Amino acid sequence: MNKQYRFDHKVIYDLIPAGNSVLDLGCGNGELLSKLIRHKGVQALGIEKDFDLVAEAIARGVPVIQSDLDEGLAGLPDHFFDYVILEKTLQAVKKPLLVLEEMLRVGRYGIVSFPNFGHRQVVLSLLRTGRMPVTPSLPYQWHDTPNIHLFTALDFLDWASANKVRVERGFSWTGNGTVQFKEEESAFAVEVLFVVSKEG
Amino acid sequence: MSDALNVLPNERRKRFDGPGEPSSVGYVYPRKIRLADEKNPLPLECGKEIRPVDVEYEVYGELNENKDNAILILHALSGDAHAAGWYHDAEKLGRPWLAKRPGWWDNMIGPGKAFDTKKYCVICSNILGGCYGTTGPSSIDPATGRPYGLRFPVVTVGDWVRLQERLISSLGIQRLVSVAGGSLGGQQALEWALAYPDRVDSAIIIASTAWLSDQGLAFNAVARKAITSDPCFLDGDYYESAGPEQGLAVARMLGHITYLSEISMQRKFGRRFCNGNGPGFQLEADFEVEGYLRHQAKSFVERFDANSYLYITKAADYFDASAWGGGDLDKACQRIKSRILLVSFSSDWLYLPEHMKKLALALGRNRKHVSYANIQSTYGHDAFLLEVDKLTLLVRNFLEGGGQTGE
Repeated sequence: MNKQYRFDHKVIYDLIPAGNSVLDLGCGNGELLSKLIRHKGVQALGIEKDFDLVAEAIARGVPVIQSDLDEGLAGLPDHFFDYVILEKTLQAVKKPLLVLEEMLRVGRYGIVSFPNFGHRQVVLSLLRTGRMPVTPSLPYQWHDTPNIHLFTALDFLDWASANKVRVERGFSWTGNGTVQFKEEESAFAVEVLFVVSKEG
Repeated sequence: MSDALNVLPNERRKRFDGPGEPSSVGYVYPRKIRLADEKNPLPLECGKEIRPVDVEYEVYGELNENKDNAILILHALSGDAHAAGWYHDAEKLGRPWLAKRPGWWDNMIGPGKAFDTKKYCVICSNILGGCYGTTGPSSIDPATGRPYGLRFPVVTVGDWVRLQERLISSLGIQRLVSVAGGSLGGQQALEWALAYPDRVDSAIIIASTAWLSDQGLAFNAVARKAITSDPCFLDGDYYESAGPEQGLAVARMLGHITYLSEISMQRKFGRRFCNGNGPGFQLEADFEVEGYLRHQAKSFVERFDANSYLYITKAADYFDASAWGGGDLDKACQRIKSRILLVSFSSDWLYLPEHMKKLALALGRNRKHVSYANIQSTYGHDAFLLEVDKLTLLVRNFLEGGGQTGE
């Protein structure tokens, strides 16, 4: 979404084993997938709803299907991909639970990253100014933000445990670097990234 | 037919590249080649074979030394080999309607355009059963010395593509950079990717689907019925007389409705009356939309053979990509080795975007390199000839994205 904060790009790139199959939900201009195809030989597919971004991804040689994630992923078989990426997209869809369920249906692992609304700077800004925070990772005014579902790292973990979703790995971007995610330090995470899978 | 209503209301002024402009391929000429004869007839899907078969085709741009820069363009129902450029003397070629306009996809083919003739050698040929230079029902049947008429064998999209393969091979081309077309042309591009997976690097399939819907079959049935029930049809042996002009006109009017959309018709005609006033309280046509359809039909009747319309619509009906997988589209898609670009248009109700997306997913399930884009457009099915900017962006990106998967 915003170009300055590509911590998740690097983390995702490192997480995905060479030769795996990868579906990128909301793949944007295909930058991440094109790197994965070129350097790691992954079998890639992107889904993107914006026509201009689809055209850009095509120019990068990335296979991409124009589709709205809120319509689900019907037509893609169960566990068809090793990894399904949901990079800073979950907060922008109308039906986040549908998208999460579909992600874990078609993929063995899901990789979800999102801006943490529970970051202390965000919370303090709201407390101090009484207005919706505008930060580098949440750079929009309330009326023009694509982020229509705002939630915190802990909200996401609550959803995971209530839905038998196992959190395999967690990472935080603190603004200075990437660290292992810890619940007790979640207020220091500007953005978070979780690797999840369906239990059982 | 009354000529009084031949109005073209609010027709967007089309801007053509003149033959002298740098983005035009300039003056071109049709070529002819015999691709089936006594010794080498063309076997057809229906079980018969046909000979001789002559094919009309055109070439734009230079074929390079390795003969590996060719793109084959496939035309739709009423198209021809004249995809780009201008004829010096359209009258002399017997096609006066082409005197004042360039080829049907001129806005996509030329120096610097989507199919860039500075880079690629672009080829387009007329389909078997057509009426623009390639053997069809109006050609002379060597067995009788008279036009084939309905004695012409039923041909299929598969037959067309096998004939096109003969053309490409005769030009010394082993692999095509791409095969591309809209509507029925898109189905030929898909057939190419299925029939000759090792000979096409990529296929560009626009406003098209893996098969025609039942709704589409129904429209074609009505169109054919209009032609065959015209008293001048004479069982297809009308070449000595005027022919089923009324029937063909009705078929074309019906076709045109399916190529537009409700919104594009409303924008074009807005329920206006031809005379600009109001109802004439007579049963003759008095809405502008009626005048438009009549005009379209009239110019079509002057340039198209009714028997070809029957044969080509039948081929469109029969086309079914899943036949390559014994009726299973997923299985059929296994054959494909080319990169595929699929493009639909949001307001196209003849070849629906959701059907195109289904094809994209079938290819995706086979882990093929497929991209699918749905262009927001109000033009309906006709958009594949009109949405030039967006199509150019996609086609150029796709062709150039083939060589690299980098950033």
